[in-house]
Amino acid sequence: MIAIARRLSIAAAAIVALVGGLSGIASAQTELTFWTWRQEDRAAYQTFFQAFEKANPGIKVRFEGFEPANYQTILSTALAGGRGPDVMQVRAYGNLESIARPGYLMALDKANAPETANFPDSALAAESLRADGKVYALPFASQTMLVVYNTELFAKHGVTPPGSWDELVALCKALKAKGVTPFANGTATAWQNETIVQALLSSLLGKEFEADLLSGKADFTDPRFVGALTKLNELKDYFAPNFSGIDYASSQQLFAAGSAAMFAGGSYEVAAFQKQNPRLKLGVFASPPAKAGEPSLVAVFYDGGYAVNARTDKKEAALKLVRWLGTPEFGTMLSGTLQNVSPIKGVKAEAPAVQQVMKLNENAMSYLMLVHFRYQEPSGSVLLQAGVQKMLAGQTTPAEVGAEITKGIATYYTPFKK
Amino acid sequence: MSDMGSATRHRVWVTFLVTPPLAVMAVFVVYPILSAFSYAFFAWHGLSREAFVGLENFVDLFTKPHYAQPIMRAFGHNLIVLAALLVVQNGGGFLLAWFLHREPFGFRFHRVAVFLPVILSSVIVAFLWKLLLHPNFGAVNGALNAAGLGSLALPWLGDSRTALAALIFANAWHWIGFPTLVFLAGMQRIPREVLESAELDGASQIQVLRRIVWPLAAPSATVTFTLLFIGAFNWFELPYLMTGLEGSPFGSTDVLGLVFYRLAFGNQSASVQDFGHGSALATLLFLFMAAVATAATIRLRRREIAL
Repeated sequence: MIAIARRLSIAAAAIVALVGGLSGIASAQTELTFWTWRQEDRAAYQTFFQAFEKANPGIKVRFEGFEPANYQTILSTALAGGRGPDVMQVRAYGNLESIARPGYLMALDKANAPETANFPDSALAAESLRADGKVYALPFASQTMLVVYNTELFAKHGVTPPGSWDELVALCKALKAKGVTPFANGTATAWQNETIVQALLSSLLGKEFEADLLSGKADFTDPRFVGALTKLNELKDYFAPNFSGIDYASSQQLFAAGSAAMFAGGSYEVAAFQKQNPRLKLGVFASPPAKAGEPSLVAVFYDGGYAVNARTDKKEAALKLVRWLGTPEFGTMLSGTLQNVSPIKGVKAEAPAVQQVMKLNENAMSYLMLVHFRYQEPSGSVLLQAGVQKMLAGQTTPAEVGAEITKGIATYYTPFKK
Repeated sequence: MSDMGSATRHRVWVTFLVTPPLAVMAVFVVYPILSAFSYAFFAWHGLSREAFVGLENFVDLFTKPHYAQPIMRAFGHNLIVLAALLVVQNGGGFLLAWFLHREPFGFRFHRVAVFLPVILSSVIVAFLWKLLLHPNFGAVNGALNAAGLGSLALPWLGDSRTALAALIFANAWHWIGFPTLVFLAGMQRIPREVLESAELDGASQIQVLRRIVWPLAAPSATVTFTLLFIGAFNWFELPYLMTGLEGSPFGSTDVLGLVFYRLAFGNQSASVQDFGHGSALATLLFLFMAAVATAATIRLRRREIAL
């Protein structure tokens, strides 16, 4: 049986080689394939690649986009089968590990990609394997968890971004009294519960809480975490009506249609909202601190990076492309066209919305579960998402959520084992 | 070749006919299943296969709470789905078939109407029911409000008490035409004289249904039950499309198909890929379904009456 399978695969390989050889004769150019989950950025990438092709005659780049939810599966299956792209967008942290660890990606360092020096350490850490500390992709954007608001609705009802948690509650009350839904958010889509926590509670959690988690001084039963969830529980009356049945798409529509004043989410939402409704006037603010005058925090994570397939036979051209994707010249193009925050040092954004996000990033903590606890099962994200969803449905308490998360993570995280 | 006996010639001919389908089955069915089984005996990191671990992955599924809890919860949900669909989908299908069999006014139209949803893809059905069940502008809550029953209007898919029932209902709406058609075909095999003589003897409708139609349509019941059992334990599309990969809200619509997918392929926004435990769960599920389906078929066959 295996012999037949092997013979079949040899025949298939021969056909592929023949076709590949013929096309090689037909064009003297090197054609690189580029895979991504960002199908909506096709037009932007085509402009980027034109600029690259102009600077590097003889290399052509073909853009191929895939459905985001299944991208990781499609990519890892293709790489395992030896049919992956030459250059690809990969995600960060735990998702990167599942692709980098089996050796599918080329390690990047100062020798083969001097552009690694253009990135801050936290960005490179997101694209490194914890086992060997090597970098496997050049980061493309950071995302910031914050509150997006409709400036026209705020002006119309005479309210301004809150400076403290109590001001946020008062602002919600005022908006609701005037018939405006304060937050468009719903909890039916599980991962939305994690975004809500970091968009609204980062200032209440604090950078010290993150440091204490990593050193083992605190776990999720800590009063800072339980207290923050308690505050969130008080805010749920100001979410979308019937929020437990509102999924991500419905809450996006609610906000884009101008029916709700705020959206607790990521900086990536801004461009999506503007695409859905170009007339929207948007602003962003960080999660409010407990008391007015205290510093407010956002939560930051890196989206992913550009990587070279370790088994590509067009290594030289592929590396050229990835190095170009690490230059300030490209970072400026990316930030200008896609309204993303480029992590490349020295990139200055023109769009006011991007500038505003970059300003908020100066005082940031990590997007906790993704950055630190999404490497093993049960992942911190799974525990947090289900716990918060249950708490907001009124079926568990903040203290129980904290205990449940701690218990789950303690099965593999040594600082929590006591 | 004239000395070749007819028996030999027959054997060669049979071999010639049987080999290609057997080869196709072996390459595309048996080989993938066996290789998936073999994955379950290794530790995996993403898609890279690491050490041989024997039965460890299988043991983990029962002993480590973060595997065992969702699996047992999902298994319970699969059982509920099977029981509920048995009543609503197959039982409803049987009654619909009887209704159509009696050829009421417009039965040709009704026959098509009942079967129509079956040809829709799950993606369309999921989208349609998500819209109908939308808490704020869905037709279901709209109708309840209009009828003055606003207190009964719920966020159906977001409430842990109603979400699974809503999915079961949508599934029954989608598939009820199939058992109906199978039962109808079974009923049409029952000779008219049998039914007519029962009616002449003064049997009531219920008696005819219970004592004549139901036993004589037993082969249809065997087929529809077996397929329903397999469908209920393979259930994936509708929960995936309507309440997401985690079985929202907080696991109340989680079924084994979703648990398997999350284990093996991971979830972009929450978990990691693990082919070892995923394959172990798939293997157990396959063995369980094969065993129960076989036992049920043998048992149900026994009560069938040859016409």
